[in-house]
Amino acid sequence: MLELEEVSKRFGDQVAVGPLSLKIAQAETTVLIGPSGCGKSTLIRLMIGLLAPDTGSVIFDGESLAVADLPTVRRRMGYVIQEGGLFPHLTARRNVTLMARHLGWDPGRIESRVAELATLTHFPLDALERYPVQLSGGQRQRVSLMRALMLDPEILLLDEPLGALDPMIRAELQGELREIFRALNKTVILVTHDMGEAGYIGDTIVLMREGRIVQQGGLRDLVETPAEDFVHRFVHAQRGAREILGGGG
Amino acid sequence: MRRALQCPARGALVGLLAVAACSTPIDGRPVVVVGSKAFTEAVVLGEVIAQLAEHAGADADHRRQLGGTRILWEALLAGEIDVYAEYTGTIVEEILAATDVAGDDQVGRELERHGVRMSGHLGFNNTYVIGMLEDVAEELEIRTVSDLAAHPALRFGFSNEFMDRGDGWPSLRTRYALPQENVRGLDHDLAYRSIESRSIDVIDLYSTDAEIEFYGLRPLEDNLGHFPAYQAVLLFRDDLVERAPAVVEAILGLEGAIDEGEMVAMNARAKLELVPESVVAAEFVEARFGLQTEVVLEGLLDRFARNLRGHLWLVSVSLLAAIIIAVPLGVVAARLPRLGLGILGVVGIVQTIPSLALFVFMIPLLGIGAPPAIAALFFYSLLPIVRNTHAGLMSIPAAYLDSAAALGLTPAARLRLVELPMASVSILAGIKTSAVINVGTATLAALIGAEGFGQPILTGIRLADESLIMEGAVPAALLALAAQGCFELAERWLVPRGLRIESGA
Repeated sequence: MLELEEVSKRFGDQVAVGPLSLKIAQAETTVLIGPSGCGKSTLIRLMIGLLAPDTGSVIFDGESLAVADLPTVRRRMGYVIQEGGLFPHLTARRNVTLMARHLGWDPGRIESRVAELATLTHFPLDALERYPVQLSGGQRQRVSLMRALMLDPEILLLDEPLGALDPMIRAELQGELREIFRALNKTVILVTHDMGEAGYIGDTIVLMREGRIVQQGGLRDLVETPAEDFVHRFVHAQRGAREILGGGG
Repeated sequence: MRRALQCPARGALVGLLAVAACSTPIDGRPVVVVGSKAFTEAVVLGEVIAQLAEHAGADADHRRQLGGTRILWEALLAGEIDVYAEYTGTIVEEILAATDVAGDDQVGRELERHGVRMSGHLGFNNTYVIGMLEDVAEELEIRTVSDLAAHPALRFGFSNEFMDRGDGWPSLRTRYALPQENVRGLDHDLAYRSIESRSIDVIDLYSTDAEIEFYGLRPLEDNLGHFPAYQAVLLFRDDLVERAPAVVEAILGLEGAIDEGEMVAMNARAKLELVPESVVAAEFVEARFGLQTEVVLEGLLDRFARNLRGHLWLVSVSLLAAIIIAVPLGVVAARLPRLGLGILGVVGIVQTIPSLALFVFMIPLLGIGAPPAIAALFFYSLLPIVRNTHAGLMSIPAAYLDSAAALGLTPAARLRLVELPMASVSILAGIKTSAVINVGTATLAALIGAEGFGQPILTGIRLADESLIMEGAVPAALLALAAQGCFELAERWLVPRGLRIESGA
């Protein structure tokens, strides 16, 4: 479905990504993780064509994004960014339905799809008439997810979707996201810098460093058979409270 | 027919605006358009010419108090006016300054090359005179211009025209070796007020000014013979002779018909007694030619309504056109940064062109009256709107632009559904700024004969009549406030509600 072939991207003199190749597993959740500046966000932006690679190609459904009609291809992808990127001039409902209305869906179909998504994301229907500034951070992310899923895309891309939320909400949404991804059975790509989140949500974890893929596999692979010392250090860099109490007490 | 035929020739730029400016003869009477400069003597003479033309069987239209020699001359060449009263000195020093001519014969031949004819002298010489308050002159023992050289601290205030012209201040200073440094350019009518309030000491006068006596001024003797003669003459278009021979014959009856005393008296009637110029002119025409003119005076309310209509027309047409052009320009500037720099540069430069200069540029293209004023106001309205549209679009955070693109919206749909609504606050602010500037600048349009609240201001300044100035200035200010208020109301339904909510629910 989605495949990167020898893709590289530089900003000025700085190599941001690659060259690297990556095949995204169908109907699984792939998590891109790595320290700040490792190129994970650049990679996801390359996948949806917000950036064009300097070399190599991004192949979606057998066609390179370089030659595809981007607006058409993007309607088959859903995209969620940190803080949601909800348009402030539109209500939650109009944010969610913007693209469907633009494509001329009939109101009944739009209405039932919105109801379906609200149930899926546990978003209260009456809050749909609010504007983004009137919603909490968690609610905004739910609306953003509804917007990304509105056209029932084949693939869902999320760039640090929970990055701006406080820990309680974040933990709650992590659980919900995992449920939603399981229920949808879609190809999902999620960018995060949180190892716990990656291990909890992801089927496959792609660990990146300085624009390259260091290791790719399940959480167990990364923990038990780290490809290099960096993997070991990265996986163990984030300590939990229990670990702190155990180590310091 | 001439006036009707010249309309299509002006080209697409003019468009509909020009239609209003073109008048056609009614029932075969020739249409004669008289111009006059923005000082009282010129307006009185313009009225006299217009009334004589009416008596000679023409439909006369008097485009009164236009803003200066250049504007009258350009309008005459463009066929916007057919005749106006001018002075020989001005013709030589200003209109034909580029050619070296002397003597009426040579001047007449040179004018003919432009398709313009000059009448004989009307009978009075309205030359420049340097003057100061009688008591100050007495105290400093100043009788001649030469005497000024001994008093370098004197403050000079000269009319703007006098500051620039060939026989004006620069050459007067050289001729008389005047040492004064404190020299200001100001409106002629304001100069009288300034000297009365003793904020300046020396001004330039016209020898037929009624105020010389009124303000107790001493005209200083031009002992070196610096100033040329300013004999009043008529300038009229060549084609008037064929088109309206009876009119030409009638107005040429003014040759030798007005002596200096009569002109000073008429100026005093108009300016000091505030008798309307049309009445002053009618008295003269009756006394001199035995022709009776029925003068219809416009009431305050009619005048106000006419000025309001004129002003609203200028502002609304120019602002609407500016919005239609400037918003897309702002979008282009935001989309294509390199071209955008050019666009912002050009509309910025347009803003720096002085309005009077822009008006003069417009006359050959659009004539006088509302069309050139609307064009100039249009150009002045562009910058705030283009700039704010550009800034509004550029300030949209990348996250929204990415989200819109990632949704699969085409660039055009992104602009319409996301970017323009998000920039609407900024765009409206730009339009509001333009509207306020536009309402104010539109008062200057009176200088090229456009109707609006500038007319009573111009007349008020000319007649030193503060209530008339207020009649224009106060409504113009209120109109600017009203425009601002309207756009603030418009914000309520043009700016999406989501952008007006301050904080969370």
